[in-house]
Amino acid sequence: MADTKLIGQPYTTPDLVAKVTGKAKYAEDYRVDGMLFCKLLVSPMPHARVKKLDTSAAMAMPGVKAILTADDMPGAAAGATLGENVQATAQAERGLTNEPLYQGEPILAIAAVDEATAAEAIEKIDIELEPLPFAVDPIETMRPNSPNARTQGNVWMRPTTPPAAPAAGAAAGRAGRGGGAAAPAPPQIAVWKWTDEDFAAAKDGQMPLGKATDEWSFGNIEEGFKKADLVLDETFMTQSTGHQPLETRTAMAYWQNGKLYLHGSTQSTVQTVASVARWTGTTPDKVVIISEYTGGGFGSKIPGAISMAIPALLSKKANAPVMMRVTREDEHFIGRARPGVLARVKAGFRKDGRITAIDMYAICDNGPYDPQGDARSASTTISLAYQPETMRWRGLTVLTNTPPKVSQRAPGGMQGVGIMEPILSKAARKLGVDQVEIHKINAPAGKAPFGPALPNGRQAYVTSAFVKEALDKGREMFKWEEKKALYSGKKQGSKARGLGVAVSPFAGGSIGFDGLFIIKPDGRVQIQSGIGNHGTHSAFDVHRVAAEMIGVPWEKCDIVFGSTAKNLPWTCISAGSQTAHAMTRAAHAAAKDCIKKLQEIAAKTKGGNPDTYKVANERVTGPGGSLTFAQAAQKAIELGGKFDGHEVPEDINNFTKTSAKALAGQGLMAVAKDAYPRDGQSQSYVIGFAEVEVDTETGVVTVIDYAAIGDVGTILNPRGLKGQLFGGSMLGLGHAKTQRWAYDQHYGVALARRFYQNKPPTMLDAPLNFTGDAVNIPDPETPTGVRGVGEPPVGAAYGAIMNAIADAIGDEIFRRSPVSADIILNALENNGKRTHEALTAHI
Amino acid sequence: MEDKKMLEDVPNSVTRRNFIKGVVAAGAVASSSAYLFRTATLQGQPSAAGAVERLITLNVNGQDRRVDVMKQETLAMTLRYKVGLTGTKIGCDRAECGACTVLIDDVPRYSCSTLTHTTRGQKIVTIEGLADAATGKLHPVQQGVIDEQGFQCAFCMPGFVMATVGYLKTNPNPTRQELAHGISGNLCRCQDYDKILTAMMRGAEHMRNA
Repeated sequence: MADTKLIGQPYTTPDLVAKVTGKAKYAEDYRVDGMLFCKLLVSPMPHARVKKLDTSAAMAMPGVKAILTADDMPGAAAGATLGENVQATAQAERGLTNEPLYQGEPILAIAAVDEATAAEAIEKIDIELEPLPFAVDPIETMRPNSPNARTQGNVWMRPTTPPAAPAAGAAAGRAGRGGGAAAPAPPQIAVWKWTDEDFAAAKDGQMPLGKATDEWSFGNIEEGFKKADLVLDETFMTQSTGHQPLETRTAMAYWQNGKLYLHGSTQSTVQTVASVARWTGTTPDKVVIISEYTGGGFGSKIPGAISMAIPALLSKKANAPVMMRVTREDEHFIGRARPGVLARVKAGFRKDGRITAIDMYAICDNGPYDPQGDARSASTTISLAYQPETMRWRGLTVLTNTPPKVSQRAPGGMQGVGIMEPILSKAARKLGVDQVEIHKINAPAGKAPFGPALPNGRQAYVTSAFVKEALDKGREMFKWEEKKALYSGKKQGSKARGLGVAVSPFAGGSIGFDGLFIIKPDGRVQIQSGIGNHGTHSAFDVHRVAAEMIGVPWEKCDIVFGSTAKNLPWTCISAGSQTAHAMTRAAHAAAKDCIKKLQEIAAKTKGGNPDTYKVANERVTGPGGSLTFAQAAQKAIELGGKFDGHEVPEDINNFTKTSAKALAGQGLMAVAKDAYPRDGQSQSYVIGFAEVEVDTETGVVTVIDYAAIGDVGTILNPRGLKGQLFGGSMLGLGHAKTQRWAYDQHYGVALARRFYQNKPPTMLDAPLNFTGDAVNIPDPETPTGVRGVGEPPVGAAYGAIMNAIADAIGDEIFRRSPVSADIILNALENNGKRTHEALTAHI
Repeated sequence: MEDKKMLEDVPNSVTRRNFIKGVVAAGAVASSSAYLFRTATLQGQPSAAGAVERLITLNVNGQDRRVDVMKQETLAMTLRYKVGLTGTKIGCDRAECGACTVLIDDVPRYSCSTLTHTTRGQKIVTIEGLADAATGKLHPVQQGVIDEQGFQCAFCMPGFVMATVGYLKTNPNPTRQELAHGISGNLCRCQDYDKILTAMMRGAEHMRNA
């Protein structure tokens, strides 16, 4: 799209004035007459069973309106398809429970006239809990006869299924997961222990290599290792971290005429309907989601939150609106977290740095509920980022009594990059190869393969990769060579400087969703957006593609968003860097439909062949004359049928059909499904370059300079791009430097529950200099050229900053993140050899 | 002896008493009982005892507002639930994140950690009070946000804007680094600190030019 007016140009999103004047309404800002408030009774223990529960004294209190317990919560039938490749398990979370599986898990909820009353009623609940064995450390629960996190066992495992034969590059499904693997059978919980011999065989803080539940490979790693000039074998622990959006998962709900109206904090608007229906035991047609503004999610609110069911069902029981304000402390427990991944990687390198073999074993610290794919996704990310000639992956998904885990920005991808990068930079130093060069020689290019060997013997592959181009651009931007000559590994007084680089890929888009907009008889264009408004600007950005294509000024476009009562089209989840790719395709399809309809209307009105009419500057013009958009819209209403939405294409989703039906007759309706072909899986890439200063007397790490360069397709919104690059980099910086959990291993309770304890970065942690840019090369497999950008910056910063720390003070200082001051100081005291090993989680 | 005791005291043999001792030591409670409030609209309905409300006058955004407040009520709760100004956000309720920052006599303060009754006789300004009430013209710092498309989800934005407006009263011409220090008591989880700072610097420039 050369000479664009909108695409690639900065602009002000239409929601910004409301945000900056305080008028924007987030979930807790709504008020309804007679609204009740609710408080939760949560488990003080990591694993327990409710032995006795008497709510009568609480219920008898004046002002208490309803009490909700686990018995009121619907359960999903095991094996049922829940959409988005999720299958129901009998062990799934239900919102409230009689067998809490983590400290802070809600047991019951009380609705009362105000919070003080609800809290007092909580104190009047007569409850007795029986403590049960628990596990907060994934390695400890692998020991023989050790406690299990759940009564059924300590790992998730999938029974082996005959491999299906997905076409290479079939729909990516959930972001980054699986890398083209066959559709999984329903997972089961099992008891899975390693032997004493397994533990004894692991020396020097290395991860034991007991039996795994899961495995994939391609090529022959034995042959690969034979070709290697250098073999490294390292263990690394990436930490679990809460998502910690600044807005907690507050929700307010009421029922009207049998329909649930839920004002909630969610990343996705349209995609939250089905999940809330499931969690509340109703059907999607009975659910209206209102979410105009969401205060961040980062993966923790993809289809809303299961806790939304609590005010929804309390409201039904009390027959009154119920607001559930979630406190920061509650958010720590129910607010979701990234699974830590503990991994051991053996990697073989040729003299020039090329990777001949990777043998990886990864353990996902899964928390107590549904299986997360982070250990697997870490492996497919590694196979893509570093293109090893051969690779084997083994994995375990271990249950722990810690807060439920879910995808966090670059799920598994960030961990994979963090696990592999220290090995790569160590190899570079041992082989005397430049850090940028070792990334370049292993970089993916073109339709790069990744993940397991499929039944046809080949691997899945990506739509495109321009990583080498991005590495070259970044090296220039960051002045790598100059800095290297000046600083690398040099010490001035107590300050040591180091440089690091990292390549981070992640899934960059899905396909197959619908676009929907109307040209109104006043000439304005009303665009329906089902995308969540959680800070990425995608809810607005993607529609600039349609405006650009039909030649209408952005000022004449009205974006309708924020409520599923507003007739929105079928839309992807606002997560996994999918939206910019998926919904620009949908916008493109709708715009093409619009242009075709304009041409047909013009031909019908002015005569001639539709193809001879051109659409530009708010007019459709051809040999017979010209119509304004306003005139064409009026004509569309007169013509009816497909022109004003009374007839819609067969292939669009039923959700869109319902919306189109409600909007029919208002103007020229453009509605279409993204049916464009795509060869390969869409992946985006970000390269991080970091310069750090480590104070060897205090252990403080300062990021002096940081550059993030994206290979993320066509730039859609340069401000959005830079914001995503910077924000994502800061999340990676937080994981590298400060963010962590701490657990009392004896009692299984969380010690770091608040911001000041688990330390997300502040403005003062930000790099002193930051540059963000992209190579701006269109992806060849999507008509708009656009791929997503939200995820890959995270791993890039995480890896690059850790590499820079190692460059400054040594390769043997750390084997876990965050690389905190105590890790640095203790290792330096210990002659540069680490004192903090990788094997214990949450310390 | 000591070793044997240690061995017996493993997690899967934990007793209820030991457990509760541990929990008490760790400071956990069954529900977080702080962060509570009562709403003015619900007065007169039967509710549990606890707090006596008292009618006081607050000066908010240039207007005197009569409100019933409990003695332990925080300003954030009063503003949000009794004065109806929901632009002030509560991110942590413990003075960690700054989302609730308002100006009290021109000084940026965490309203989640300020008792309402202590603000009597003082001038409170919230995000809703920045723009010109008559014309709707945005405050220069708000205009800076618009110009630079500062912020992502913007839940932290009101706090950042108020902290900046307050800081600029003490230092109207800060360097980027000075301003970063001045507003570092505010947390952004989208972590778009670079663009926030750019927007706030643009706002400072607008103020100097006004």
